[in-house]
Formats: sequence, structure tokens, C-alpha cells
Amino acid sequence: MHPAFSVVFFTTATGAGYGLLALLGLLGGFQVIPPDFWLGLIGLGLALGLIAAGLLSSTGHLGRPERAWRAFSQWRSSWLSREGVSSVITFIPAGLFGIGWVLFGRMDGWIAVTGFLAAVGAVITVCTTGMIYASLKPIAQWHSRYTLPGYLIFSAMTGSVLLNALLQGFALGSKLLVAAAVLVTGLGWGWKLATWRHNDHLEMPATANSATGLAGGTVRTLEWPHTEENYLLKEMGFRIARKHRVRLRQITQLLAFGLPVLLLIAAFALPWPFAAVLSALAAVAQFAGMLVERWLFFAVAKHTVMLYYGR
Amino acid sequence: MTCLPAHTNKKLGLVIDLDTCVGCQACVTACKEWNTGGHMAPLTDIDPYGGHVDGVWFNRVHSYEHITEMGGRTVNFPRSCLHCETPACVTVCPTGASYKRASDGIVLIDEDKCIGCKLCSWACPYGAREFDTDVGVMKKCTLCVDRIYNDNLAEEDRVPACVAACPTSARHFGDLGDPLSAVSQLVAERGGVDLMPELGYRPTNKYLPPRAHTQRAASVPATALEPVRAEGGFLGWVDRMLSN
Repeated sequence: MHPAFSVVFFTTATGAGYGLLALLGLLGGFQVIPPDFWLGLIGLGLALGLIAAGLLSSTGHLGRPERAWRAFSQWRSSWLSREGVSSVITFIPAGLFGIGWVLFGRMDGWIAVTGFLAAVGAVITVCTTGMIYASLKPIAQWHSRYTLPGYLIFSAMTGSVLLNALLQGFALGSKLLVAAAVLVTGLGWGWKLATWRHNDHLEMPATANSATGLAGGTVRTLEWPHTEENYLLKEMGFRIARKHRVRLRQITQLLAFGLPVLLLIAAFALPWPFAAVLSALAAVAQFAGMLVERWLFFAVAKHTVMLYYGR
Repeated sequence: MTCLPAHTNKKLGLVIDLDTCVGCQACVTACKEWNTGGHMAPLTDIDPYGGHVDGVWFNRVHSYEHITEMGGRTVNFPRSCLHCETPACVTVCPTGASYKRASDGIVLIDEDKCIGCKLCSWACPYGAREFDTDVGVMKKCTLCVDRIYNDNLAEEDRVPACVAACPTSARHFGDLGDPLSAVSQLVAERGGVDLMPELGYRPTNKYLPPRAHTQRAASVPATALEPVRAEGGFLGWVDRMLSN
């Protein structure tokens, strides 16, 4: 599948943004973190900024972005529409939580409730994003039990590494949070490795025989209907990343998992401000690594229409 | 609404005979010709006379070599929208632009509502939908909805353009929901099949597999060609001079 950069950035940025929002909502609601003005402004600003930038980026993928509002209408059947609806609804408690935290300097009572609601909305939105891909039967690499948990784990992972960097930046970090960020990154690493192992043994959900209705024997492509690349080949027949799959997987493992784990372990051992700098570096490296991971997620996914082209 | 109708009064669709299709591309050009001025018009061509031709087509004919223990044969394979009974291309649509008609089961796109997110083309296992980069919306076969109900056409012309154009009658149009219709009986008689039935989209269109190989045909070997010997004399001289 063609990895449109707008969609790659969208899923990576909103994943991290919703992860951070959910954690801020939970920790704020339980009053584990102080209702500090700058922490609230920068923390929620970063979370909502990542979400808004991602959503804006996703409209760049559209042929008719001026009609994007129509995408809120079909939530009864479409995961994409549900994602749109839940992403916008989540802004309501998130905004109220931000007002309570930043303007009133409070996190108790109704403000705590809005924090919990924002966390719930964030989790639901990430689920809807995962289901967009997990529900597509023609693409075996996506229509798999690894897809939805993957989106949730990576959102929690990038969110917690960001949260750790944020709190370290305000000298509010704790060893517990660094340890948690390392653990979730390890979980993400394991999940990605398991997903790759699963995908490497996958076959197309159909065959050239069943695609053409020609039973038995072998079906070999003799001639395509066209001599140049068409929409189907450009969108569904993207092959560049498959050629570099091994190298790109190594880069993903280094940037998204290996380097952040090492940096965070160093942050665990070293005092502030070294811990803060290392935590920030871990978050930046992981975000870059997750962009590569998401690019691979698209680029190595194989669509059944390629059975017709013998690719 | 992108929810599917629980029941369609008719199941209009095509039956395509892989035995008689000769791969002449007449259906392809007839489709393009009609539909570039029809319901989903235009069927944009990008760089039509240049080196990187691209464009929207609703119907494309592939050629395959099918090899079994009985031998090999060339099979020409027209590929277009199958107007499935459970089309995921419709249910994934976030805007309501894609819909399946309860009256006749035809899957259509409302171009004015399409935002061009391309998700429907990902959801279709058959590659029936093609994105028009020029207009920014998705396009697909309409089963010539603007021909089959068109009172301005003579009755015999109220069939999809591809069916009207086929010189070998490899394409048939009718109601596959009616077991007594000519197309349903043809499917029953010839053992028509669904494409990729394992994905569960329940296509309306059916494909008739090529008829079995037969041993009855007479063996008529052609006489072997003989090598042309160099001519002598005047004609040989002319031949050599002209060959230089």
C-alpha cells in the first residue's frame, strides 16, 4: 500500500498526542501531578497540538478536503467516520480539562471528571484508528489480531515517553515514571517483533485462482490491461519499501525502541538536568522511529488486487 | 446512508463468459466512451498522448495463462465492479457518498459527497474503484445506470455499454436475484462462480469458467515448411541484388 506521508504523520502524531492526553487526564484527575500553569499549558498544548496537527495533516490526503465535514455523518457503519466523530468529541472534555487546569489552577471535582472523560475519549479514538486498518479484509497484514492492540500499545508507549520527557523538563520526573516508560517501550518492541514474525508467514487471503475463478493448476499473468502504472498499481502496488524491508526494520528498532530504552535507562541512573535532556532525546528519537515504523506498516501491506497483476 | 439495505428488490449484474471472451477490448472502449459522458463523467485521462498515460477506467481486460494437467490456455479476463451484496467499499465510506441501491442492488458513488479519502478503494479486494486525481473523487462502474433505465434508447440498447459492444456475446446483463432470469439460468447451466468467495463480499456478477478441454477435435497437422533454396539464374541474381 502506498504510504502517503500525510497519513503516516497523522497516525503517528495523533497516537502520541492521544497517549499523552490520556495520561495527563488520568494523572491529573487523580492529582498525581500538580496543577501547575506552565505544565498544563505546555503539556496539554503539546498533546492537543499533536492531535490537531495530525488531523489537519490527514485532510491533506483527501481529494476534496473542503468537504471533510461530511465525514462525521456515517458513524453507524464506518470506522473512519467514527474516528472523526470521537476525535472531535474528545476535544470537549480535553478543552474543559485544560481550562480548569490552566485558567483555574485546579484539578479536583468536575475538572477531574473532564480529565477522565478526555482519557476515555483518547482511548476510544485510538481504537477507531486501529479498526480502520484492522477491518480491511483485502490486506492480511492489517486484517490481523495484532493491529488494534498495536495501535493502543504504541499510543501508550509514545505518550508515556513524551509524558516522562515533559515532567523531567519541569523537574517533576520520578524514577517510577522513567521505569514505566522503559517497560512500555519494551512491550511495544516485543509487540512489533511478534507482529513482524506473524506477517512474515502471511499469505494473501485469496489466490490467483480464486481471484479469476479459474480452478486448479496455475494462473500466470500474460498481459496487463495497460502499459503504464495506473491508480491501482500506484496506490495498492507500492513496492519500494519491501525491497528495503530488513534495513527499515533495523532503523525502526534502533530509533523507536533500542535508543529510547538506552537513553531512558541512562536517565534513570543520572540526576537532573541530565535525566531531562536524555528523556527529551528519547522522545524525539522514538517519534522519528515510529514514523519509519508507520511508513513500513503501509508499505509492506499487500492488497489482493495485486493478484490480478501477478505481483 | 452507507449501511447496506437488508434486501434488494433486484440483483442486477453481469455474467461474463471466460470461454468466449477473446480479449478484443471492445467492452473497455465502449465503457470509456459511454461513461466519460455519463453518470460519473468525466473519466479523466492524464497525459493521454504523453509518455506516462494514466486515467480512470471502469473495466479492464487482463490476459492470463491457465495451466492445468489438461494443458495450457489463454484466458482473457474482464475485471470491473461486481456490485457485491456485502460491499465493504460502501460501509467504510465516512461521508455517505457510496451507497448500494435497495431497488436494484447497484453500487454507486455520489460524486458531490465524496471527499476522496480513497478508503473504499482499499476495502475493495477486486480493484473496482479508481481515483480521479483531476476531480479529486473516487469513480466506479455504474452498471450504466443511465442506459438501462433510459427511455430515450431503443429497448434492445437498454443494457450496459460493455454488454452492447461485446462481439462474441461473452457479456450478459440481467437480474441475478431472479432464479428464472436468463442470466441466472446461464449461471446454473455453466457453473458460474464468484470471484474471491473466501473474502465474503458475495459478488453479484458471476464468471463462467472456460469449457472443459475436449479430445474430440480432429488433429490437423500443417505440412512442415521447407527452407527456401537460393535461386539460380536471372531471378536468383535479382533476389540477391534486392536483398543487399
